[in-house]
Amino acid sequence: MNIQELRDHLCGQHPDLCPLFSIEFGDGVLQVDCETLYEAAENLQSLGFDRLGMLTAVDFGDHFEMVYRLTSRSMSVGMFLKCAVPRETPRTRSLVPLWPAALWQEREVYDMFGIEFDGHPDLRRILLPPDWVGFPLRKDYRDDRLIRRPDYI
Amino acid sequence: MALEVESREEIVDERGNEVSELVINVGPSHPSTHGVCRVITHLDGEIVTKAEPVIGYLHRGIEKMAENRTYLQIVPLTDRLDYVGSMYSNWAYCRAVERLAGIRVPERAEYLRVIVCEMQRIASHMMSLGSAAGDTGAATMFIYAFDERERIVELFEELCGARLTYNYVRPGGVSYDTPEDWFDTLLEFTRKHRTALHEMDRLFFGNVIARGRMKGIGVLSAADAVGWGASGPVARGSGVNWDLRKHDSYSVYPRFDFDVPTGSNGDAYDRARCRLFECFESCRIIEQAVAQIGEGPFKAEGAPRLLKPRPGEAYDHIESARGSLGVYIVSDGSERPYRVKFRSPAFCNLALLPLLAQGHTLSDLVVILGSLDPVFGEVDR
Amino acid sequence: MAIVDKLGESLNGSGGGIILTSVDAVVDWSRGHSLWAMPMGTACCAMELIAASFNKFDFDRHGTFPRPDPRHCDVMVVAGTVTRKMAPAIMRLYAQMPDPKWVIAMGNCAVSGGIFYYDSYSVIRGVDEFLPVDVHIAGCPPRPESLQDAVLQLRERITTESIAPGKRHVRELLLPTNGDVSLHENGDRE
Repeated sequence: MNIQELRDHLCGQHPDLCPLFSIEFGDGVLQVDCETLYEAAENLQSLGFDRLGMLTAVDFGDHFEMVYRLTSRSMSVGMFLKCAVPRETPRTRSLVPLWPAALWQEREVYDMFGIEFDGHPDLRRILLPPDWVGFPLRKDYRDDRLIRRPDYI
Repeated sequence: MALEVESREEIVDERGNEVSELVINVGPSHPSTHGVCRVITHLDGEIVTKAEPVIGYLHRGIEKMAENRTYLQIVPLTDRLDYVGSMYSNWAYCRAVERLAGIRVPERAEYLRVIVCEMQRIASHMMSLGSAAGDTGAATMFIYAFDERERIVELFEELCGARLTYNYVRPGGVSYDTPEDWFDTLLEFTRKHRTALHEMDRLFFGNVIARGRMKGIGVLSAADAVGWGASGPVARGSGVNWDLRKHDSYSVYPRFDFDVPTGSNGDAYDRARCRLFECFESCRIIEQAVAQIGEGPFKAEGAPRLLKPRPGEAYDHIESARGSLGVYIVSDGSERPYRVKFRSPAFCNLALLPLLAQGHTLSDLVVILGSLDPVFGEVDR
Repeated sequence: MAIVDKLGESLNGSGGGIILTSVDAVVDWSRGHSLWAMPMGTACCAMELIAASFNKFDFDRHGTFPRPDPRHCDVMVVAGTVTRKMAPAIMRLYAQMPDPKWVIAMGNCAVSGGIFYYDSYSVIRGVDEFLPVDVHIAGCPPRPESLQDAVLQLRERITTESIAPGKRHVRELLLPTNGDVSLHENGDRE
């Protein structure tokens, strides 16, 4: 199945997801609302996207964007699933019930961005020590021990 | 820090007998953890009831550092991610940058990348097999395998001057063309390496002790391998026929004839043996690539040194020695990336340890950890 | 060079099988020629540490034998990046080593933080922030020959040491004063 067929298939099965679908660099992108993220992921899983390849977040200043990349063994297309998380209340639903692969990756996102996942069984820091203050990959992270590299390109 | 008794708790089992649960701390500096991993192990007698890996002892914040460097300055950082297979991180990162900036890579450079990455796969698997064998007590195998790795490192040193951190694959091509007679030395190596692989197969995998230590240990089902996001030899050992070189083919891989070895039992033995057979396939790919490679430029003409890709995002992944290694870059149009994320296969594979170790003895824990082949530079990033 | 290095010649010349030397020289000679190494490999340099101890470079011929147990070891080779999470474990391992003990900082990360000096929030800029380092080896990573050279340099240094309590150089942990390295040994357990 190539990307166009995937689009047709998705629009046939789930007409509500169709307007949210776009194509970027040969990968499908599905920009959803965080409330409907879990359902969208469930639908994609039943379409044949059986692997949660990557899970991360990006800090865009006013909001965080959760990025999930799904791959499939039966289709040679990749699929991005994205949702915007508000900065004031960084919470979203955990995908651990769908893919156990999210178990550690969501812990990492919590560690680096402070985004909390509802329904995650064991949400605590994974890479940094448990008494660490702050979330380093946020753009406004400040640390006195960090020496910034001088600007000489 | 060798094995240390941490605490002993009295618990009551389902029959009402008092049993004592022993909590043993393995690591973070332990010869069998292949780096700086700590496993908090709960034992009932000698049986592991719960193994909890604690990682992050090598977390260096490479993703944060990358946000304050130009696209070219990040390449040396990617060397230090997976230090057993530096070429892979180089290549995966460069592919993502090339996709973002729209750089076309000359054909000779693609062939050179394939050749060095297949060599790197052999080197990495030799390290993995050797240390996994060392964990089961077969020190001879470790030395034999490391000797093979040393031959590849010598070839890399001739090619780019470095033994470990190569910085060889750059956006748009590679940094140096091959020296004179390098391909001849390489072909001589692959010829000898096959003999060495057969010898290792007999020496180690035919050995009754290795079979006893590894067969039936840490069995991973195919469904779990897919659900937990395992990739590389860990997934293929369970019979999941998934190799990005074949199934999401990139670069010039479609032009080569090779097989994807898979296991059937999903135990530590099958995972390790998959790695051994992959080395044979890598030799095949190298020989075909050397036969096919043509003359031409080895880096893209006119690619700027200071890249300023248009705003957007790109993801690309390659099959590294440990599985699918992905790089996700978000650009805001400046000379520095807005966000770089490395999807590390070793991180996802290591998450399986609690699942696999449960119910096995403590001495099997190190065998299972060795069969997952984590490299902590990549796990912790 | 101590007189014990020329033991054979001395015995030839004097004929009686008796030589006069200082206790310090004999002790230093024996210490310097069997430095058992604690391989504290944390990152990339650990690969070169393994390479140095294997058949091509053969560390053993200098009497240096890697032992993963700190209680057997004389010299700790810190090979690789040290993070704030890892530092307490290294300090504890160093404290477990019996006196006399020495430290080799292998690679730029262990010397100064190296490539991770700037912009990294979790890397400690060199192990000499908390350990008394005797020999620094530059390189990213250093070649195995450099590590062997460091062992030979350390041997030179050991020959100048004395075992007399008054003259003995007491080596202690440079405990952090500014709270830079926090000791969260068991913090990540409940």
